[in-house]
Amino acid sequence: MSTVTCPECEAQVELAAGTEAGEIIVCSDCGVDLEVTSLDPATVELAPMEQEDWGE
Amino acid sequence: MQRLKIGVLYSRVRVEEKWIFGAMEKRGIDYDRLDDRAISFDLEKPEAWQQYDAVLERSISYNSGLYALRLLNAFGVPTVNTAAVAEVCGDKLMTSAVLARDGVPQPHNVTAFSPEAALDAIEAFGYPVVLKPVVGSWGRLLAKINDRDAAEAVLEHKSTLGSVQHSVFYIQEFIEKPGRDLRIIMIGDKVLTGMYRSSEHWITNTARGGSGELCPITPEIEDICLRASKAVGGGLLGVDLVEHPEKGLVVNEINHTMEFHTMQPVSGLDIAGEIVEYVVKTAKNSDQ
Repeated sequence: MSTVTCPECEAQVELAAGTEAGEIIVCSDCGVDLEVTSLDPATVELAPMEQEDWGE
Repeated sequence: MQRLKIGVLYSRVRVEEKWIFGAMEKRGIDYDRLDDRAISFDLEKPEAWQQYDAVLERSISYNSGLYALRLLNAFGVPTVNTAAVAEVCGDKLMTSAVLARDGVPQPHNVTAFSPEAALDAIEAFGYPVVLKPVVGSWGRLLAKINDRDAAEAVLEHKSTLGSVQHSVFYIQEFIEKPGRDLRIIMIGDKVLTGMYRSSEHWITNTARGGSGELCPITPEIEDICLRASKAVGGGLLGVDLVEHPEKGLVVNEINHTMEFHTMQPVSGLDIAGEIVEYVVKTAKNSDQ
């Protein structure tokens, strides 16, 4: 199981099994949305803010 | 037959994308994951994209998805959905126009291009009314207007603070629906499944906290959905219906990159698998 450091609050966040690159996870400490940018090595960045034309 | 190559264009790996990737892998399909923030299109080198027998568009950004589809279709690459369908479905006014053209029941809508004309139209409508952005989703920036004071305030805010697109005032009757609406999934000319979306709030979108319950597909639902799908150009669609107290079922909107994280568990169907099968059928070298 990989662990990453939240760039917002520096908490250690574990990536669940089956996590994919490009997936959005939530920091269990501060609640910020994080985007998984790579799996090997595991890295995350703050997820982009929702834009006006986003949706389905 | 040569092996198919499929592209999946996406912005975020939501649960739907994970299910779609899983369905691709389960079928042994050769596919590429195409992050719409990482790609570019060189119009002098279309072959980079023509390697794909089909591209499934799952962008969260309407603009990115639409322009990518336009380029891919210009390169001769089949897409799900087509750019023409995305153009219509991504814009509520264009959707309303084709529904009106084909006589498909929908809520009463009026469009105006200035706050003054919009206010006159709202006054003629009577209150309450709903103001909607023509482009936008997940129930954002919908405004229920209960009186003239609110109308004047919202119209001024939209014209002052909004982008130019917010100066297209799309005014819709407020429908006293029974606390729910219907989301129906269409694949080609088939109604796949449907659910009721319920909420205490007047916005019943599941992105806004609405919950889902399986909806049996009646002949009436099937008929209106087939007509709605045909009006917008067909494909893989999420048709949203509302139960109007006088008109019966009406089409509220049609989504061309629908989410189905609630629908798949509610229906018990492998919707991601159905989507992948449809993309394969659409592919240019498909034998299906």
